[in-house]
Amino acid sequence: MVGSYFHSVTLDKEKCKGCTNCIKRCPTEAIRVREGRAVIIEERCIDCGECVRTCPNLAKSVITDGLDAVLTDGFEKRVVMPAPSFYGQFKPDVQVPEVLGALTAIGFDGVYEVARAAEFCTYAMRQYITDHSAPRPLISAACPAIVRLIQVRFPALLKHLMLVESPMEVAARLARERMVQETGLSPAKIGCYFITPCPAKVTAVRQPVGQDISNVSGVLSMEEVYGRVLKALSSHDTSAAMESSALGIGWGQAGGEGRAVTEGHCAVDGIHNVIQVLDEVERGDLTDIEFLEAQACVGGCVGGCLAVQNPFVGRSRIQSLVIDTGRSDSDVVDWDSWVERYQAGQFSIGEVDPRPVMRLATDVKTALDLLRRVEDIEEDLPGLDCGSCGSPNCRALAEDIVRGTSYQTDCVFKLRERVHELASEVVELAEKVPPAMGHDTDSSRRSK
Amino acid sequence: MRTGTDGRKVFGVASEEACFSSEVKPVLRFDFEVKAMDFSAAGVAAKKIKEALGQMGVAPETVRRAAIAVYEAEMNTIIHAHTGTIVARFFPNRLIVTVSDQGPGIKDLDLAMTEGFSTAPDHIRELGFGAGMGLPNMKQSTDGLRIETVEGLGTRVTLVVCFQHLGKKA
Repeated sequence: MVGSYFHSVTLDKEKCKGCTNCIKRCPTEAIRVREGRAVIIEERCIDCGECVRTCPNLAKSVITDGLDAVLTDGFEKRVVMPAPSFYGQFKPDVQVPEVLGALTAIGFDGVYEVARAAEFCTYAMRQYITDHSAPRPLISAACPAIVRLIQVRFPALLKHLMLVESPMEVAARLARERMVQETGLSPAKIGCYFITPCPAKVTAVRQPVGQDISNVSGVLSMEEVYGRVLKALSSHDTSAAMESSALGIGWGQAGGEGRAVTEGHCAVDGIHNVIQVLDEVERGDLTDIEFLEAQACVGGCVGGCLAVQNPFVGRSRIQSLVIDTGRSDSDVVDWDSWVERYQAGQFSIGEVDPRPVMRLATDVKTALDLLRRVEDIEEDLPGLDCGSCGSPNCRALAEDIVRGTSYQTDCVFKLRERVHELASEVVELAEKVPPAMGHDTDSSRRSK
Repeated sequence: MRTGTDGRKVFGVASEEACFSSEVKPVLRFDFEVKAMDFSAAGVAAKKIKEALGQMGVAPETVRRAAIAVYEAEMNTIIHAHTGTIVARFFPNRLIVTVSDQGPGIKDLDLAMTEGFSTAPDHIRELGFGAGMGLPNMKQSTDGLRIETVEGLGTRVTLVVCFQHLGKKA
């Protein structure tokens, strides 16, 4: 399976101590410690970034395109696309036009606000709800980590996914179109770059789900761009045109997307919380909810592991922007153009397939026999979930043993038990003196 | 519904009577205890069974309906009965779950199978349960359902979920 999955989360082996923090936090139990270092099981990783966030040794990081590399790549014109959460990284006195101006100043030929594209997506999603009366709730596909979570852990819910393009993809297409119009260059000469708060978006570009190829040419880390933009902000240039409105900017924080799309929504943030809610959706308990917004990061995109600002501060900044900018849905979007595009199938993505990594074998009978073995082995393990064996919990170790990637003696407690057994046997043997040994071989001990 | 000579009322919906035969020993068996009004433990059995089916590679839709059926049966026991047990038996081509309780029994089985009919007390309905869809949901989600009940003594629900034939899509 090596090489068939791209993952943007990566490990610095020198810094990794092989502790148990990331293996316990991973929502798909995709990490193991082997030879003293963390190793990611490719098929299970969903690029959510929990391990990046949790690692106390800063050994986990995200692969992104470097800003300098991007500015010298082969494209003739480059448009940068800030995520809505980007605006939440700055102090309240910094206005959005200043940020947009600064982005151009650092070397880009144009800026396209993803918050603007989010408005188009909002309308497409409202239409989708009308066009699809079942099932309920419909689940947003905006967070790529959640889409992959559903592929791996909740395949029965794939039919709940709202097959609408993400604002990032829509932005890249519209940005490229506009630059083509302005310059007369061919589309292939125009690079569109997304400023990301998280690893999931990087993977969404390199290995998209629901579409063959991404419209985005490269992904920049919010951390890296923030520093450069801060310096450029000192010019206080507010001349850039701001096209986004409250509707789209609100997407940057948890709840914003849901509120924009429909009143009958439920918003969940934080991947472990999303898992709990998806369990309920699977049981059929949430059928009275029309739309479920689900974000892997606590706080929404402002909580991404590449965001600079504290997620709660970021949220309040986004909220202030939303209030200041005002709700202006209807007068911002060019309706005719939107309807034309929607009917032409733009804003749609294809069906998403399951990733059947949880099963123990490809045929049910074998898998059941293996499951029986897993249950028997698990019963024999101490149940302390300490992680010393390199698996996240005792149940996972039992599975790993059955899958052949671990041994029972990897468990420190089983090992001690075994040592104790062997030691007892040795003591027993030592106490047995054979009949052939004569009176001068410690006979005082025999009479005891 | 028919009444047996021992006073047991039985409701059965089954594609084959053989579905319910537990003469063959299951490959895997889980046992759960269920306590009345113990909502903190609600869904424990359904969740464990769901995970097991997922690890078996059973088709997601089949896993989902099995989980729904078991969850409904579990909730019924928690809401209505005094104590109960759930036994899940896994075979290569089907799952048989038996939910037995010591409870009031079901007075009118035919009525209980009607959508919307519920005998859940008010404080339960306030929690959001007791919509009257439990038994109809179970019937719809399973390939076989048998309910045996004696008023004042208890109820036993046996449900069967069949996977598709070995070798083909489960």
